[in-house]
Amino acid sequence: MLGFANAGRAGVPRAGHPGASIDGMGRFEEVLGHVTEAEAEFGHVEVRGVALAFGQRRVFEGLDCDFARGRISVLMGGSGTGKSTLLRMIGGLQRPDAGSVRVAGDVIETSDEAGLAKVRNRLGMLFQNGALLDSMSVFDNVALPLREHTDQTESEIADRVHDRLAAVGLLDVDDLLPGELSGGMLRRAALARAIVTEPEILLCDEPFSGLDPPNVSRIEALLTHLNRDRGLTLIVTSHHMATSLRMAHRILLLRNGGCVEGSPAELASSRDSAIREFLGKDGAEHLSRCGSEAQGAKG
Amino acid sequence: MMNRIRKLGADSLGQVEEIGEVVRFGGRILLATTRPPFRWRSFMAAVFDSGVLSVALICASGITVGFVLGLQLYNTLARFGAEDSLGTAVGLSLIRELGPVLTGLLVTGRAGSAITAEIGAMRISQQLDGLRMMAIDPIHFIVMPRATALAFVMPLLSAIFVALGISGAYLIGVELLGLDGGSYLAGLESAVEFRADVLQSLVKSLIFGLLLGLIATWRGYSCEPHSAGVSRATTSTVVTASICILLADYLLTALWSV
Repeated sequence: MLGFANAGRAGVPRAGHPGASIDGMGRFEEVLGHVTEAEAEFGHVEVRGVALAFGQRRVFEGLDCDFARGRISVLMGGSGTGKSTLLRMIGGLQRPDAGSVRVAGDVIETSDEAGLAKVRNRLGMLFQNGALLDSMSVFDNVALPLREHTDQTESEIADRVHDRLAAVGLLDVDDLLPGELSGGMLRRAALARAIVTEPEILLCDEPFSGLDPPNVSRIEALLTHLNRDRGLTLIVTSHHMATSLRMAHRILLLRNGGCVEGSPAELASSRDSAIREFLGKDGAEHLSRCGSEAQGAKG
Repeated sequence: MMNRIRKLGADSLGQVEEIGEVVRFGGRILLATTRPPFRWRSFMAAVFDSGVLSVALICASGITVGFVLGLQLYNTLARFGAEDSLGTAVGLSLIRELGPVLTGLLVTGRAGSAITAEIGAMRISQQLDGLRMMAIDPIHFIVMPRATALAFVMPLLSAIFVALGISGAYLIGVELLGLDGGSYLAGLESAVEFRADVLQSLVKSLIFGLLLGLIATWRGYSCEPHSAGVSRATTSTVVTASICILLADYLLTALWSV
């Protein structure tokens, strides 16, 4: 057992984590599991000059952004700003009209299916609607990538699958079909499938939507644990403001075909009215609380 | 006027482009059959869905077509005093033409449309994208077993259709209308040749199965990603596959007799 189910609560430092220091937002800033600050400087995913339009509607115009190795990046923006599309582009499911996308150095936009399959072996993706195969049981869905890509025995696969299902808080769902699960359970089962192969990069499209508060905390803790202890690069789209701000090392706000990026603290100090308007009351309160905690720590 | 010509040109180019895409898609299915592992479980499940679950429809259709053929051909042949040729006429028309063609059309309506709808629903619910993101080729995992299953079951279903059609015509001609059973069977046996008739029938149904497998899976795989798109793709499968089966039937008949 890999102990995923015992992931620490998000934002709460765990004892015995050497070299960890905590900033005002309750995050580990200097040591992120296996990833050092120097390693994190390099973009694990690089997006350069990307343009994309669906018919007359331009989604991206010269979008440039980096997603650092071993960091949690949260994509924010209003509906239709291209958050999910950007995730699909990183996964090679959507090709840009212009520009380039590199994942761990591999060019995505010109790769053929075989090349993309190699890149995708390093990626995990949680789709907004789960995208589980509806004719297969939950167990078989989660076991599928292991059966396809590893030589593990059925008992090893069963152990791993049950471990991941327990980590997302799903017990006794092995034989259920996806259609028999609630929306929140479906999403958690899909997350279990996305992490079962221990990818380097996890793309999560709205991982918290449709979850009740205890499960939001559970998933937040799990994602933070994966990032901190396993150096997972996490790219998340979310409208769940407080959770996103708590988790994020970097926030990318998509707007007008491009993006504004910065740390949560930088966003807090932004005077851009559009940013403040987007963050809204919850986000602003959270950020100012973080800011004053940081001031207190410095004082 | 110019706009109409432009539209016609654009539509024609679109059609040519789609034919190219279908051929490429067919090539990818073919390639997938050579790449291990062969998806035996999915293949057998598809054989069950497309084949076993179609048996009742094929049996009912086969026997009723046999009834109608027996009745119509008996009445026609009786005008020329050639009732004894009923076995020959029924056997040749069922084995060469009606068996493979009607089976192809029936399987198109029952199983082909279902496969299009299934794959289309998987497309709109992002299940195919989910597979791609797990580095699993949807053509290998989803499309190939279904397409090959259609090609596998079509000759078998056609054989069942032909057998029941011949039996149905026997019941009408011999049991109901009083034709001699021995002359019915003797006419059938002497007229039907393995290479010219039975093999032609099997080859035809195999090709109809391949065509239907390609069209049904392509329509589902490429449907517009919304419910109306799935509905349109399903209708299109039935129309396109039916026309293709009838055209292919003519071509194969012409080529076989050369």
